[in-house]
Amino acid sequence: MKRFWNEYQKEIADDHFFYERSCIRQTFFAGSEATFLRILREELGKDICDNPHQHTCTGIGYHSDVVPFETTMTVVARLFSLMTECGYKNYVPSCVTSFGVFTEVMAKWAENPALKEQARQYLWDACQREFEVPENIVHSSDLIYKFREELKPRMRYQLVNRFTGRPLKVVEHIGCHYAKIFPHHGIGKAEFPYVLAGMIESWGGEVIDYPERRHCCGFGFRQYLVQENRGYSIANTKKKFESMEPYEPDFILTNCPGCAMFMDKWQYTIAEMEHKTYDQRGYGIPVLTYEELTGLLLGYDPWQLGLQLHQVQCERLMEKIGIAYKPEEKYLGVGGKLLPTPLKPEILKQ
Amino acid sequence: MKKVAIIGAGPAGIEAASLLAAQGVDAVLYEKEQQPLHNLTDKAFLFPNFADAQEVAEKILAKLNTPGLTLKADTEVTQLQPQAASNGWLVNGEAFDAVLLTSGYTTFDAHRKEELGYGIYPGIHTSLEMEKMLREGKVVNTIGEMPRRIAFLQCVGSRDEKVGNHYCSKLCCVTAVKQAIEVKKLMPQCEVYVFYMDLRMWGQHFEELYRQAQTDYGIKFIRGRISEAGGTFDRKVQIKAEDTLMGRPLKLTVDLFVLMVGMEASRGTRNLGALAGIAGEYGFAQSVDPHIADNLTAQNGLFVAGSCKRPMTLTDSLTDARSAAFEVLKQLLEN
Repeated sequence: MKRFWNEYQKEIADDHFFYERSCIRQTFFAGSEATFLRILREELGKDICDNPHQHTCTGIGYHSDVVPFETTMTVVARLFSLMTECGYKNYVPSCVTSFGVFTEVMAKWAENPALKEQARQYLWDACQREFEVPENIVHSSDLIYKFREELKPRMRYQLVNRFTGRPLKVVEHIGCHYAKIFPHHGIGKAEFPYVLAGMIESWGGEVIDYPERRHCCGFGFRQYLVQENRGYSIANTKKKFESMEPYEPDFILTNCPGCAMFMDKWQYTIAEMEHKTYDQRGYGIPVLTYEELTGLLLGYDPWQLGLQLHQVQCERLMEKIGIAYKPEEKYLGVGGKLLPTPLKPEILKQ
Repeated sequence: MKKVAIIGAGPAGIEAASLLAAQGVDAVLYEKEQQPLHNLTDKAFLFPNFADAQEVAEKILAKLNTPGLTLKADTEVTQLQPQAASNGWLVNGEAFDAVLLTSGYTTFDAHRKEELGYGIYPGIHTSLEMEKMLREGKVVNTIGEMPRRIAFLQCVGSRDEKVGNHYCSKLCCVTAVKQAIEVKKLMPQCEVYVFYMDLRMWGQHFEELYRQAQTDYGIKFIRGRISEAGGTFDRKVQIKAEDTLMGRPLKLTVDLFVLMVGMEASRGTRNLGALAGIAGEYGFAQSVDPHIADNLTAQNGLFVAGSCKRPMTLTDSLTDARSAAFEVLKQLLEN
């Protein structure tokens, strides 16, 4: 079916990137960012800087109305100053919320140059640093999308069910701040973003188009951060799962830290609260980040990717694809020490 | 004998050409399609009195038989050039004393509102497609059964900053009311919803029709825009909206979702308006003055009538065409 904006592309630099990590991804999806850097450097031969002095973008606080815009733009200015200091011009945040914060700050500076000068002054007053605005800013999923065809011949696996020979059915979920704030910053724009769908289609899978495809994952900052509001959060997530359930997805692919976390973890909570799981056999629907998926298809060790840290376990998915893995190494720690095995939930099977 | 080219054989073109021919003018009527009046012959019934569109069309088409009127169908005008020496115009290589532009409108391409799912999900139709179903007396859902719930959405491609059309298309409000009533006449048990920004019942009997839709047919009018539509697993359409009177978000699953597409300048209007130097806002043709010289243009000997200027009803187009014919005759006599 023809989609008007499907072909919409944005400018993505070819090389020499300054990477900015997410605040929460290294906790919940511990291998994703390291995998991204490995793919860029080892598979694609790109130059990407991972500066140890980086810090939060304030996104969570900013969207929770506890950090004012002036503070946010000064913090953003400091991150840009790190990029400038390292000699880079292409900025690549790992987090969709950060990507939204940067594009918003840059848009405000473009519309009101006095604000940019104010940020320069604040930054100088605070730490005597200077910055340049990036020439190119893209989300890290944009880079994997851009190089998806280049990566394809290097992949050991495809998104095909080896038992049936049919494409895997994949739900893709895009973080709200990727394109809903500034549609022209998203591949495919806001209605039918193509950044993850493009990866899925290129690598042999089939994208599921379900009614609540664009709905929020349930993170929504204040919905979750204020404990009394968490009912809103899980209600949103539940709505999405109810909507995708009839299509029997094999897994969910996301490009946002919060989305991956909430769509993964809330499956356990819903199972405990309502005795409900969203696959027919009670195992839940695995949720992957795009780095994890790319790494899996490239043949990386799933435990190095951090899949054992997921709430919904991925072994059944790996078996469907035919990915070789060693169950005995799942909880192997650094130095070969076997870590304690986590308790298994009663309702959500593992 | 004076010779006038009329470009576009819609209601305005046929009406003006027949009047000019009846007054002894050699009226040559150009039409790029094979059949004239196609924007009317594809309708079922006309608002506000549910007149049979085919009967009305036949009456208008009969005027093509006026002696002195020559129809050149399947002929696109590609040359429209003033001739300083003769004070006339050259149309496709033929000399004329005057030209009347009646190249009309086209409907908004609903694919451009991607969030509304047209062309992406089954069960989503334009108002033109609904009109066709009504004309055939058969309105069915995606699996060929009688629909149980239908939603109409107003202002698709009009009053919409996002697509660049700020203007009101004028006809869609009453057309939705008319189509909703026709649906209820055909299938009284079907639930019908109309989503609107504000209903503009400006014409004679329009307001009565709107009231009748609510009191006699139980059609539900909801003030609010639909933000997105998506296909469901059972081939229905899920729509999300905000009921702005209730101040609440709303989600509804319907069998059919009908987009009331607005009017835009036709390709011919855009091209010829630009060619002749009379292109106005949104690609429509520009008259000299909307109050006192609405059929005259900045170009001597070039006249405009009907919906090539702005969205117009059939009635308004016909009236405007008569006015234009009079202006053309006046200039021919003066020359």
